[in-house]
Amino acid sequence: MQQENVQLRMESDENSFLQGVKDCVPTLLGYLSIGFAAGVVGHTSGLSVLEITLMSILIYAGSAQFIIAGMVAAQGSIAAIVFTVFIVNLRHLLLSAALSPYFRHLTAFKTMMIGTLLTDETFGVAINRAANTKALSESWMNGLNITAYLNWILATMAGAFLGQWITNPERFGLDFALSAMFIGLLVLQLLGRQKLFRDLVVVVSAVIIVVGASMVTSGSMAVIIATVSAATIGVLIERWK
Amino acid sequence: MEIRWDILAIIIGASIVTFLPRVLPLVVLSRLQIPDLAMRWLSYIPVAVMAALLGNELLMTDGKLTSLKENIELFAALPTFLVAIFTRSLLGTIITGVISVMLLRLIM
Repeated sequence: MQQENVQLRMESDENSFLQGVKDCVPTLLGYLSIGFAAGVVGHTSGLSVLEITLMSILIYAGSAQFIIAGMVAAQGSIAAIVFTVFIVNLRHLLLSAALSPYFRHLTAFKTMMIGTLLTDETFGVAINRAANTKALSESWMNGLNITAYLNWILATMAGAFLGQWITNPERFGLDFALSAMFIGLLVLQLLGRQKLFRDLVVVVSAVIIVVGASMVTSGSMAVIIATVSAATIGVLIERWK
Repeated sequence: MEIRWDILAIIIGASIVTFLPRVLPLVVLSRLQIPDLAMRWLSYIPVAVMAALLGNELLMTDGKLTSLKENIELFAALPTFLVAIFTRSLLGTIITGVISVMLLRLIM
């Protein structure tokens, strides 16, 4: 009986695939513009529409795709490009680890499918939803992930096709959509938890450390260093209290 | 319209090194009982990573602090933050940000 209740709740509207699709909608504009820009940049660096599309299907990571376009244009070696992509996307380790407690109820294969389509954006939406729960619904997460994935593929393809006519996508402010999305996700996260003071200390530490670290190493390494240190500072203040 | 062999090698290599960090912690850690301290640490990751990404995007250009006068994005972040705090709407926040940057670039 109890089993049935759980089952019913999991399939209710709140946790449905469709709800996941709906919860993805606010973020579509952000990734649409970044994906579009990635397509344009790919085209400029001499990649074919097919190559750009294949990148979006298989790699599905904005920062990596910008870097590949840049390094291909600069004739970087295959090993150097793959290694750089690895470093840039290492932060996914942290996102994936932070989401793991909410998918204990799924099989390894199903968790793998969810992880495969994990991005900064779907992570942000999912972790906000997870704020006051113990588990996230698989259908809801797939709705969110697959919508974001298709949006990304279409956006980069459009950018690749239209790239020959568009030289300056920055004029429309669309490049800021990604930062604006991070602002929105950060604020939602801060307001959704009952730890505002400690969270603000973590935020300020992360910003200071990322600025300092990116003066001596790459931006993506700096993001990892700042995330790890700032989270540690958060735990330390908790302990002192 | 073609796919070159070296580009294909890059795409496959990059997709493997992107796939592993995304999937391994989710698959492995969701099977383990994570110690309380580690859970607390993980609970700060979302706030920390968003702040770090933002700090990097808004304040830095090529490893240097962006000069305040030229930093349109930082100015645009102000109304964006306000809309986020008072409306709690993700879409409203993104639209405010994009329009702010567009207007500031027209003026400055």
